[in-house]
Amino acid sequence: MFKKILIANRGEIACRVIKTARKMGIKTVAVYSDADRHALHVKMADEAVHIGPPPANQSYIVIDKIMDAIRQTGAEAVHPGYGFLSENRAFAAALEAEGVVFVGPPSPAIEAMGDKITSKKLAQEAGVSTVPGYMGLIADADEAVRISGQIGYPVMIKASAGGGGKGMRIAWNEGEVKEGFESSKNEAAASFGDDRIFIEKFVTQPRHIEIQVLADKHGNCVYLHERECSIQRRNQKVIEEAPSPFLDEATRRAMGEQACALAKAVGYTSAGTVEFIVDGNRNFYFLEMNTRLQVEHPVTELITGVDLVEQMIRVANGEPLPFRQEDLKINGWAMESRLYAEDPYRNFLPSTGRLTRYRPPVEGPTEHGIVRNDTGVFEGGEISMFYDPMIAKLCTWAPTRGQAIEEMRLALDTFEVEGIGHNLPFLSAVMDHPRFVSGAITTAFIAEEYEGGFTGTTLDEETLRRVAAATAAMNRVAEIRRTRISGTLGNHERHVGDDWVVTLQGMEYPVTISADKAGSTVTFADGGVYRVTSDWAPGQPLARLEVEDAPLVLKVGKIPSGFRIRLRGADLKVHVRTSRQAELARLMPEKMPPDTSKFLLCPMPGLIVKINVAEGDEVQEGQALCTVEAMKMENILKAERKGVVKKITCVPGASLRVDDVIMEFE
Amino acid sequence: MKDILAELETRRAEARLGGGARRIEAQHKKGKLTARERIELLLDEGSFEEFDMFVRHRCTEFGMQAEQIAGDGVVTGWGTVNGRMVYVFSQDFTVFGGSLSETHAQKICKIMDMAMQNGAPVIGINDSGGARIQEGVASLAGYAEVFQRNIMASGVVPQISLIMGPCAGGAVYSPAMTDFIFMVKDSSYMFVTGPDVVKTVTNEVVTAEELGGAGTHTKKSSVADGAYENDVEALAETRRLIDFLPLSNREKAPVRPFFDDVARIEDSLDTLIPENPNQPYDMKELIVKVADEGDFFEIQKDYAANIITGFIRIEGQTVGVVANQPMVLAGCLDIDSSRKAARFVRFCDAFEIPILTLVDVPGFLPGTGQEYGGVIKHGAKLLFAYGEATVPKVTVITRKAYGGAYDVMASKHLRGDFNYAWPTAEIAVMGAKGAVEILYRSELGDAEKIAARTKDYEDRFANPFVAAEKGFIDEVIQPRSTRRRVARAFASLRSKKLSNPWKKHDNIPL
Repeated sequence: MFKKILIANRGEIACRVIKTARKMGIKTVAVYSDADRHALHVKMADEAVHIGPPPANQSYIVIDKIMDAIRQTGAEAVHPGYGFLSENRAFAAALEAEGVVFVGPPSPAIEAMGDKITSKKLAQEAGVSTVPGYMGLIADADEAVRISGQIGYPVMIKASAGGGGKGMRIAWNEGEVKEGFESSKNEAAASFGDDRIFIEKFVTQPRHIEIQVLADKHGNCVYLHERECSIQRRNQKVIEEAPSPFLDEATRRAMGEQACALAKAVGYTSAGTVEFIVDGNRNFYFLEMNTRLQVEHPVTELITGVDLVEQMIRVANGEPLPFRQEDLKINGWAMESRLYAEDPYRNFLPSTGRLTRYRPPVEGPTEHGIVRNDTGVFEGGEISMFYDPMIAKLCTWAPTRGQAIEEMRLALDTFEVEGIGHNLPFLSAVMDHPRFVSGAITTAFIAEEYEGGFTGTTLDEETLRRVAAATAAMNRVAEIRRTRISGTLGNHERHVGDDWVVTLQGMEYPVTISADKAGSTVTFADGGVYRVTSDWAPGQPLARLEVEDAPLVLKVGKIPSGFRIRLRGADLKVHVRTSRQAELARLMPEKMPPDTSKFLLCPMPGLIVKINVAEGDEVQEGQALCTVEAMKMENILKAERKGVVKKITCVPGASLRVDDVIMEFE
Repeated sequence: MKDILAELETRRAEARLGGGARRIEAQHKKGKLTARERIELLLDEGSFEEFDMFVRHRCTEFGMQAEQIAGDGVVTGWGTVNGRMVYVFSQDFTVFGGSLSETHAQKICKIMDMAMQNGAPVIGINDSGGARIQEGVASLAGYAEVFQRNIMASGVVPQISLIMGPCAGGAVYSPAMTDFIFMVKDSSYMFVTGPDVVKTVTNEVVTAEELGGAGTHTKKSSVADGAYENDVEALAETRRLIDFLPLSNREKAPVRPFFDDVARIEDSLDTLIPENPNQPYDMKELIVKVADEGDFFEIQKDYAANIITGFIRIEGQTVGVVANQPMVLAGCLDIDSSRKAARFVRFCDAFEIPILTLVDVPGFLPGTGQEYGGVIKHGAKLLFAYGEATVPKVTVITRKAYGGAYDVMASKHLRGDFNYAWPTAEIAVMGAKGAVEILYRSELGDAEKIAARTKDYEDRFANPFVAAEKGFIDEVIQPRSTRRRVARAFASLRSKKLSNPWKKHDNIPL
């Protein structure tokens, strides 16, 4: 076995690989850019080598720098993680030339599968079913329009070298093809240094289901069943699970066998993933093969018990697979939620900054399942604008899908993240969404169910009452503490009353509390009674309560004269007042937030790449106004309504903060 | 006998109605509560004891003898806030527009005198059209009687003003002399002369809101210390503030039970200071991580944000915090921030509230604007305030402490009790670049030499150890243990005794 391996990556995946290497008794070498000097993967590794400035194209994807780090440390093998150099043939070749083992597939396999057009041809030849599309290279937007017409709308425009949703667009008409072609090309050039684009039929009612394969250097190839990754936003996976709630045994076997056939056809070794698109009739089409460890590999590990990283390292070391296909059973159900530094209330725009609070749930066995959290960050760490906005991958396992979802809900409830915008509320909302729970999902789930964006969930009556009961009890604790201040007027202390009115989500609940040593009994005006017990003390940001013997976990914040309560997908202002206070509060005017409709505000911290209009221009609704680059993504800001540009307040190249004014309209 | 008892109730009911149902409704329509409703929200339920409910004015001019309303436009008395005594007056806009008559003023003076005598704060709720014009000079005399009491009470009992409607003309000078002013957005304003007079005299056209609204006074003029969305919020937050304040200068800052670990370690503070010395960070994170339960009551949040002032608790006891904010103007001191912090420090000192100072200051803001504005004397206010303060003073230097600003920010030399520095601290006359440009002027043409000199300077001075070697820093502490160290420091200072030499009063550079 290798004595030392280098991990040519950062973030959670670098940490993930280090964990397994350590378990196997292999020393680890981390590499880091200036932005990652204090990153978790650097702390976890036995050695760390600095490889340059923050932008990945000056550090993590510069082959020479990684090669230098290998020479410096004497690493015998390199695990590339995902992204960066993981599917770079030149890198695999460079390692080979130096006699360093690449923990991944052989470079011809990377090359064959790395190009979407070639891979599709190879797949067809290997008997794998594929989607109709144009396999050639496309010169310009006009040709793209012509080809799209031939295939028939809708079409998918994709970067040949792409992945992870970057450089990918769906177009429903000529205009969108033109715009999508240009932006895909630009993004592809920026992200992959390869601006080749291809177009294929966009399958409707699609599910994204992928097969994990593992092949050794002795001709053995197995599939570790499927992962369903249909919960995606703009082609970026958000929630994954294994197995898929949709596949039957026959389809699973057919997909698995085709995946292995393809792997064998290209001489594949190591872990790889064959992605399929599956329509409503369980017809499946080959999408692409990812010749690396996938982000969502933990769900496969949780249902199969196989440590994929360990197997990759063993395969790289020439060992045969320790199991055969028939040994690989599906055990239970696993869910993965990707925690992104993206603000769901701002249309998922990237958020950067300092993690002032980061408290993931406790990992390990729970009462009914398992919690696993793959992360690369820590409290006090920085989410920089240079890399992927993923903070953590929270996984749960349980015997059934329903239980795995419930475990995920509970784990998300106790996950505390502050300092940046993040999608925790959105993840919770999906876990509570009846359609998701039913398993009737497609890749359009998010677009369809959250059409106007995510605005937070509305809690049902029963949940509101549970929250009302909980906050009434919490408020009582806080109020009693306030009366225990020094300097009170003896014998004339304040008596905290039993009658309160809880206001939340536009509802008012008059309640009466009777407290004893063990907890509080909260009686509603209509006679409903809720028993609340908790060890919450004022100031604690996480309240774990039992309301009527069922757990309720609230994230508690302060607002003037009340609590900010975050629960699942909801973010509420809760006021607990005496009936008189509530009566007077009702007299207060509702105030509208200031009108910002006459301004184009920068929706995320980022760089102005291009301004498409000039002062005095009349713009139409939907017209592109400017492009803001953040976290490697180009975001085109469009006019919300017809208007005239009055003033442009920034220039291309300007680095803006959230809500900085870009332009003003008349 | 029964009739007599009943008459009391009738009279009370009448007095409680103030200017009558129609005016109460008009007040509510404006989004404002009545004088009595405000008192109800300010004080503990049922704790209000009213004085002078039946007082009537004595004016006979302009037919005023025919218009008599019990209470005369102000409700006064005392009650408790979480069981602690406070005095309160609340002007009643429904009665003669809340205008101040001689008797109205006498009611206010009565409770102020009692507050002074009995050692309890005074909370004034202002909602008044101004002087009772019919009473002429008697009304002006009334104002001045109140002013005199504001002055005498200053530093004896905390005085808080809530502006919940108009407060114009001479009336503004009573709140102006109190310790804190809070306003309600959109429904309160304060100015010496109103928009009409402004237009007549200077031809400026300005709305009341622009001239003296909550936004103006919290962001531009610094007259107000905070603004709230509505009356209910303002009153609830005032209760929260009172929980931080001692009742008078005869008492120590209050203590209440706390649910936080005194020795809580915050590993994340070890990475608070960015790698790049020119990159800002949010000092508020340090404040809330040092504070009990993360609870911070900020004063003048929207003004001179390059310095942060406010109250926290450590081990349940109030501590005043003054902190440079690197996020704004690099945390430098200037006229506005010096005045803001100086006033806060003097409040804390007057009322025995220990002071925690968090320092990251690159110096004083340069420029003609500052010099012409008198930064010398304004900066001196903060220096003076820290130097004269005898309360426990604990200082933590997180990063920069350059030049005169180092001296000012509660340095050891100004009788700082505990002066801690993080390992990231740089205590020096100035930053390396500036120092090298002066020290090695002749070498300025040679970039390489200058770079080497800069490096040397940084190695020698960009650290806390030079100051620690001289004993100006008592200890260099780990950022993560700041809460524990600060808490222990204040604990050791609980019986600090220090007094200044006798004087009639000092002559702070006003």
